[in-house]
Amino acid sequence: MEKVRERVQSFGFPRLLIMAFLCLLIIMMFLLKIPVPLTLSQCIVRIGINMVLSLAMVPGIMAGTGMNFALPLGIECGLIAGMISLETNMTGVPGILAAMMISVPMSIVVGWVYSLLINRVKGSEMMVSTYTGFSVVAIMCIGWLVLPFHNESIVWPIGDGLRTTITLEKWYDRALNRLFAFEIVGVEIPVGLILAVVIFCVLMWLFMRSKTGMMMKAAGANPEFARANGIRVDSMRTLATILSTVLGGIGIIIYAQGFGFYQLYNAPLMMAFPAIAACLIGGATPRRISVFNVVIGTVMFQSLLAIATPVANGLIPEGNLSEVVRTIVSNGIILYALSHMQGGKR
Amino acid sequence: MAEKAVLHFKNIKKSFSGNLVLDGVDFDIYPGQVVALAGENGAGKSTLMNILFGMSVIQETGGYEGEIEFEGQTVKISSPQEAMELGIGMVHQEFMLIPGFTVARNIKLNRENVTPTMIGKFVGRSLDLLDTRQIVEDASEALERLGMEINPEEIVEKLPVGHMQFVEIAREIDKSNLKLLVLDEPTAVLTESEADRFLECIRQVADEGIAVIFISHRLDETMKLADKVIILRDGQMVFEAKTKDTSKNQIAELMVGRKIEADSMVNVNRQFDDQDIILDLQHFSVNMPGEKCRDISLKVRRGEILGIGGLAGHGKTSISNGIFGMYPARGTVLLDGQALHYEKNGEALKHAMAFVSEDRKGVGLLLDEPISLNMVYTDMRTHGSYLKKRGFFTQFDEKAAEKSVNDMIKELDIRCTSGKQLVGRLSGGNQQKVCVARALLTNPKILFVSEPTRGIDIGAKQILLNYLVKINKELGITIIMTSSELNELRTICDRIAIVSSGTVQGILKPDAPNIEFALLMSGEKGGRE
Repeated sequence: MEKVRERVQSFGFPRLLIMAFLCLLIIMMFLLKIPVPLTLSQCIVRIGINMVLSLAMVPGIMAGTGMNFALPLGIECGLIAGMISLETNMTGVPGILAAMMISVPMSIVVGWVYSLLINRVKGSEMMVSTYTGFSVVAIMCIGWLVLPFHNESIVWPIGDGLRTTITLEKWYDRALNRLFAFEIVGVEIPVGLILAVVIFCVLMWLFMRSKTGMMMKAAGANPEFARANGIRVDSMRTLATILSTVLGGIGIIIYAQGFGFYQLYNAPLMMAFPAIAACLIGGATPRRISVFNVVIGTVMFQSLLAIATPVANGLIPEGNLSEVVRTIVSNGIILYALSHMQGGKR
Repeated sequence: MAEKAVLHFKNIKKSFSGNLVLDGVDFDIYPGQVVALAGENGAGKSTLMNILFGMSVIQETGGYEGEIEFEGQTVKISSPQEAMELGIGMVHQEFMLIPGFTVARNIKLNRENVTPTMIGKFVGRSLDLLDTRQIVEDASEALERLGMEINPEEIVEKLPVGHMQFVEIAREIDKSNLKLLVLDEPTAVLTESEADRFLECIRQVADEGIAVIFISHRLDETMKLADKVIILRDGQMVFEAKTKDTSKNQIAELMVGRKIEADSMVNVNRQFDDQDIILDLQHFSVNMPGEKCRDISLKVRRGEILGIGGLAGHGKTSISNGIFGMYPARGTVLLDGQALHYEKNGEALKHAMAFVSEDRKGVGLLLDEPISLNMVYTDMRTHGSYLKKRGFFTQFDEKAAEKSVNDMIKELDIRCTSGKQLVGRLSGGNQQKVCVARALLTNPKILFVSEPTRGIDIGAKQILLNYLVKINKELGITIIMTSSELNELRTICDRIAIVSSGTVQGILKPDAPNIEFALLMSGEKGGRE
C-alpha cells in the first residue's frame, strides 16, 4: 500500500486523474462511434501547434521568474510579424519562416524591455506578468486599428484597422503541416510540423545543458548561490525573459499556420493559460521544468481537449460543454499547481 | 537576602536531538537583584531564556528537564503569554517596536486603556474606544520612571536608534505586574554614552524591586551593573559569584574556558615571510545586515592559515562576503599587490579565490540538485570545465564531471549513495564537505572558509579541519577561516585575528592565553602579535 502511494505521489495525482479522464474519453469515443482517424489527426495537429507556446515557459522557470503569464507579449510580436508577412504577400513555408525571422528581433526588444520590469518585481513575477499580458493585449487592440497595414485582404473593407480573424488560405494555410505530410490508416501525419516542433524541443534541451543553461538554472534555483558563484542573476533573468518572448512569437506563427487563421484583438488574452496548464500537467512546477514535462504535458492536455470536443458533442449535441470542460481543466490545474507552491517555497 | 526568590532554575537540562545544550543549570534570583548571564555564543544562554519564555521551539524539540520555580511556585510555562502573565518581561537585542506607531502606543501595545462603548459591551473589548489621553499619560509616567525625556507622542520611526531601546524598557516596566525583566544584549546597538545612560535606567528599575537578568558580552557593563555573575559554558554552569568577589579577567578567562592542549595546535610555530603578502585589506568595510564591518585592515601572508574570530554580529563573517561581492563593500583589497575589483560579481573567483559560505543551505548549495552538479558548478562557471563543444553548443560533460566528483567523494569521505544523490538529502556534515569540495575543484590560491563546522557532528568536524590543514600543507593554499569557535581556530591556524565592533581588535598566536582572546572579543584594544 505504501509503495502504491509513493508511486502515485511521484507520478502526481493530477496527472493520474487526467490520464484516467483521457482513457475514459477514448473509450467513449469508440462507444459513440466517433471517426477515430479524423480525431487522431486533429489531436496530432493540436499537439504540434501548441508545443512551442508551452516550450516558452521553460526559460522563465529555469531562471526563477516562474510561469510566463506575459506570453501575450511574445504572441503580439509574432502577430505583428505575421501581419507584415501577409501585407507583403509572402506565401508557403518560406512565408512562415520569414514571419518567424521578422518576429525574432521584435521579440528580443520587447522581451528586454519587459525584463527590466521583471527584474524590479522579484518575488511577485507571476502576478505582474499576468497583468502585463492582459495590458499588452488591450493596448494592441488599439494597435491593430492604427497600424499602417493596407493590404485589402487583411484590413476591414470599410473603415480602419485589421480584421479580427484573417484566413490564411491565400498565404500559408497549413503550409508547415502539409510539408512532407503523408497518410497512414486514415490518420494524417503532418511531418513538417512535427519536424519543426522537434527542432525547437531539441534546441531547448541542448540549451538547458549548455553552460549558459546550467548557469540559468542555478540562478533560478538559488539566486544567492548563483551570486556567490559569480553568475549575474539579473542578466540570466533578462535572457530567460527574452527567450520566452521569442518563443512566444514563433509559437503563435506555428499555431496560426496550423490553425489556418490569425486571430487578432482579444484572442491572445488567455493564450498563456493553456500553455501553462500543459506544462503543469506534464509535471512541471513553477520552480522546476524539463523539456520532457512540456512534451508529455502538451500531449496529454491537447489530446484531452481534442477528444473531449467530439465526445461532449456526441453526448449533448447542443451547447458547448467541451469549452466548459476545457476551461475547468486548464484553470483548475493552474490553481492546483500554484496552491502547491506554498507561498514561494518549494 | 531574606526575601523569597523571584525565580529559581532547578537543575535545568535540555537537549536538541541528542545534543546536550543545557546541563544542570541551577540558580536563583531575588527581587531587586541584577544577575548577569555571560558565555560564548552557543553556550546555552538563549536556550535558557527560551525555556523561561515557553517558546514553542522548546516543546517542539521535546521539552526540558528540571523545574522552574517562580515566586515559590513550580511553574510550567508553555507560551510567551503565560510568561507575561506571570510578570516576566523581555527586551530583545533587535527592536520589537512598530515603527509607524507613536511611542505611547508602542508602550501600551495590546494593553491599551479603553473607554467602554455600547458596541464593546456586546461584542467585546476589541471594539471599545482607545483612551488616547490615558495612554499618553501612562506612557510618559513609565518614561519618567526611567528618567528619559522622550515625547510619548513621537512616531517611533523618527526616534534616534538609542532611544528605541528605552521605549522597550518603558513598555516592560509599564506592565504593573512586572517582577522579572530579561535583557538580551540590550546595549549592542547603543553608543557608549547611551549605554551608560541605559545601565543607570536598569539600576533604577532594579531598585524598584524588579529582578533583572542581564545578558551581555561587554564585560565592563557586566561588572558595573550586575550583583551576581553566572557563566555558562557548553551548557554547564561553570561559575556563580557575587560581582564584587570576582574580576573582569577571571570572567573573561572562564567564558572562553576549556584549556586546549598545546600539541593539538598544529600550526603554532610555522614561520612565514612577513613581506610576502598575498592578500592585503586596507580600510575594508562591508555593509552586511547584522554583520557589518567598518574598518578592516589585515595582511594575509602567503601559505598561512589565518583565523578570523569574534562574537556573532560583530562583523567577522562580512569580510569574505564582501570580497566575493555578496554585499556592498568599500575600501582597498590588494591581491598580490594588484587591486581587486571585488564589487564585480565573480571577480574574486576569477582570481583564484574560492569561498565556502557560512550559510550552507542558503548560499552554499543547490539543495534540489545532485552532489555532482553542486561540486562542479563553480569550476564550470569560472573556468569552463566539464563542458564539451557540440557544434554551436557547449554541453555539460557528465563523464568528466563524474570522475572529479567521485575522486572528491572518496577524498573527503562523503557518505552518500552516489554522486547523483540530491544534496538536500545529505546530513549537514556531508553537505559541508560538498561545499568544500566545490571550492577546491576550482584550484584556488586562497580559500575562504566561513563557519565550516557550524551544525555538524564531531566526526565530520575533525575530517574537515584535518583536510584544511592537509591542503594548506600539500597544495600550498592560503586559507582564511572565519569561525565563532575559538578552539577550532586555535587548533589549525597560524594566526588569529579577532574582530569586534567591525574592526580588527588584534591578531594573536593560537597559543596566546584565553584571557587575551576574551578581552579582544569584548572589544578592549591592546592585543599584540
